[in-house]
Amino acid sequence: MNALLATADPLFKHGVTWAVFLIVVIKIVVVFGALLNAVILMIWFERKLISDMQSRIGPQRWGPFGLLQTVADGLKLIGKEDLVPAGADRFVFKLAPYLVVLPAFLTFAIVPIGGTMHIAGHVVQLQIADPPMGILFMLAMSGISVYGVMLAGWSSGSKYPLLSAVRASAQMISYEAALGMTVVTVILITGSLTTHGIVVSQGGGIWHWNLIRLGLIPFAIFLIAITAELNRPPFDVVESDSELVGGFHTEYSSFRFAIFYLAEFMNTITMSAIMVTLFFGGPAGWVPPVAHLKWIFPIIWFVLKTTVFCFCYVWFRAALPRFRYDQLMDLGWKRLIPLSLGWMLIVAGFLVSWRWGLLMISVGIIAWLVLSRAFELGKTRESGPERVLPTVGERPIPGRVIRKLSDEES
Amino acid sequence: MANPFNFFGGFKLTFAHLARPKVTTSYPQHKRAKQPRQHGRHVLNRYEDGMEKCIGCELCAGVCPVNCIYVRGLDNPSDHPVSPGERYGYIYEINYLRCIHCDLCVEACPTQAITESKMFEFSFTNRADAIYTKAELLVDDLGFPQRLPWEDWREGEAAMTGGWMRATSPSGDASFEGVVQWTADLGEGVRAPEAGQSEGRDDAATGSKQLRDAFYRHLQPEDVPLDRRGLQGLIRNVREKVPVRKSRETS
Repeated sequence: MNALLATADPLFKHGVTWAVFLIVVIKIVVVFGALLNAVILMIWFERKLISDMQSRIGPQRWGPFGLLQTVADGLKLIGKEDLVPAGADRFVFKLAPYLVVLPAFLTFAIVPIGGTMHIAGHVVQLQIADPPMGILFMLAMSGISVYGVMLAGWSSGSKYPLLSAVRASAQMISYEAALGMTVVTVILITGSLTTHGIVVSQGGGIWHWNLIRLGLIPFAIFLIAITAELNRPPFDVVESDSELVGGFHTEYSSFRFAIFYLAEFMNTITMSAIMVTLFFGGPAGWVPPVAHLKWIFPIIWFVLKTTVFCFCYVWFRAALPRFRYDQLMDLGWKRLIPLSLGWMLIVAGFLVSWRWGLLMISVGIIAWLVLSRAFELGKTRESGPERVLPTVGERPIPGRVIRKLSDEES
Repeated sequence: MANPFNFFGGFKLTFAHLARPKVTTSYPQHKRAKQPRQHGRHVLNRYEDGMEKCIGCELCAGVCPVNCIYVRGLDNPSDHPVSPGERYGYIYEINYLRCIHCDLCVEACPTQAITESKMFEFSFTNRADAIYTKAELLVDDLGFPQRLPWEDWREGEAAMTGGWMRATSPSGDASFEGVVQWTADLGEGVRAPEAGQSEGRDDAATGSKQLRDAFYRHLQPEDVPLDRRGLQGLIRNVREKVPVRKSRETS
């Protein structure tokens, strides 16, 4: 048992003692506390930055520079009445927010925040957990958050949240494929599933970062796919304030709404951190040759890189209009999935030998030609009234019934 | 198909906005200058001898699109007439829950009895207070509007009140440029002609200079006023940024 644990984390090499237990608890508390505070800052950062980009002032009333605005909003939300709609499935309705927020919390557990520390003879990795399945945990968690969104929309007993939840789950599932494929390229070149391994393999300077080793394309796909996973603009058809009045959480109020809000921004931070881990070397960076600064500089690098991506997400929101739903599906299925699949094959080919690599490139080009021809044919397909299938059975509410109903009412 | 290299145009624009000055202000602490044609709370004017201008003709009530004005006229008492004519308005009420400040009443008034001040910062906590009667609307003996305790008057708003201005803008028409559009205020005299759309406007005199200065940086290049363009504008901007010495200003 101890040997099994030790392969996962060098902290457990000498068995699980009280000191080890204490270190683990402290790690969890510190990281999640920092994450919650980061969410508060992130909400402030987003509101302030988006208002700067729109030549507005933004929040300014609470605290210096409006820093406490999020706290005030949270207090206000907690003080509000907690409504459960009459048509709601009460248990699922109350469960759903937690299904959304828990994955957001848990995904951050596998993110390496810093390097390695030595505390009282124990080797401590600065990440909460380094499970052998590593990055797959992230995919699993993003799968669970789909459940949260779907159940929230379904259990509300209201039609717009339901529509939005169907959109949301379709969107998240279609982009998960491209997401998984790009993660596979990272795993292929690293040879390890653990996030620690992924970060260590990128440690040798900027040219070893997966961003450059894998040739930019996987990163671009990952960035797009993860933005779609997060339901952030320009992929926010799920929330679409203008048509679906907030989407799947329309019926939520008070603290449960606050949880959804929290989860959304926490996911933004977490996914920025995952992106840094996978493509930007995580905490890798220049470290001064001073003994006591060796552990703090990786953390600073990590925070800096993550902040850059948080900035990018806000920038997307300011710059890009929302995708139409069919455009969104087009991008996901017709472009990102074939591209990520092809790129994965090319990376795999070059890992074997350059001959296989070139072969895979040519296969990719042929496949691209075939696919684009297929899409072209699909676009020019004739569709007229004679192509439409005859209706089966009656419409759900026949005209005469509607007429009868409206006569009775008047 | 648009230029594919222009994909990052939106990103560039939003990023450039980070450095641009803000359009909004933090309102109660910092108040922006008002437009010269700002439509605010009404006033009922008097002649120099103290007679009311209102003759109770109800044209304002007739033209009001939201029916917020209620007027009743009455024959002037022969021993002490209220207005110079035959009749006067003995009831005059405006419901500010309805008023949209369109200024059509000001246009309709044959005697320029009703005008609008630039004051819009007034609030009330019940419906009865929303109805202003003659007691609140009439100007005082000097021709200035009453400053009611619940209203937030700023400097200069009362001075601009008495003059009559049209709701529609004749200054867009070149033949009206440089022509005074106001009658004389009580105690104020004639105001400067309003800014036209051609050159030669006197923004400083009409009160729209501050506004134009605040907004020109957000305008499209072709909408920037001529004196703000090119080298001349650059010199002017730099000169404004250099602080002026107090001693020279006062001397």
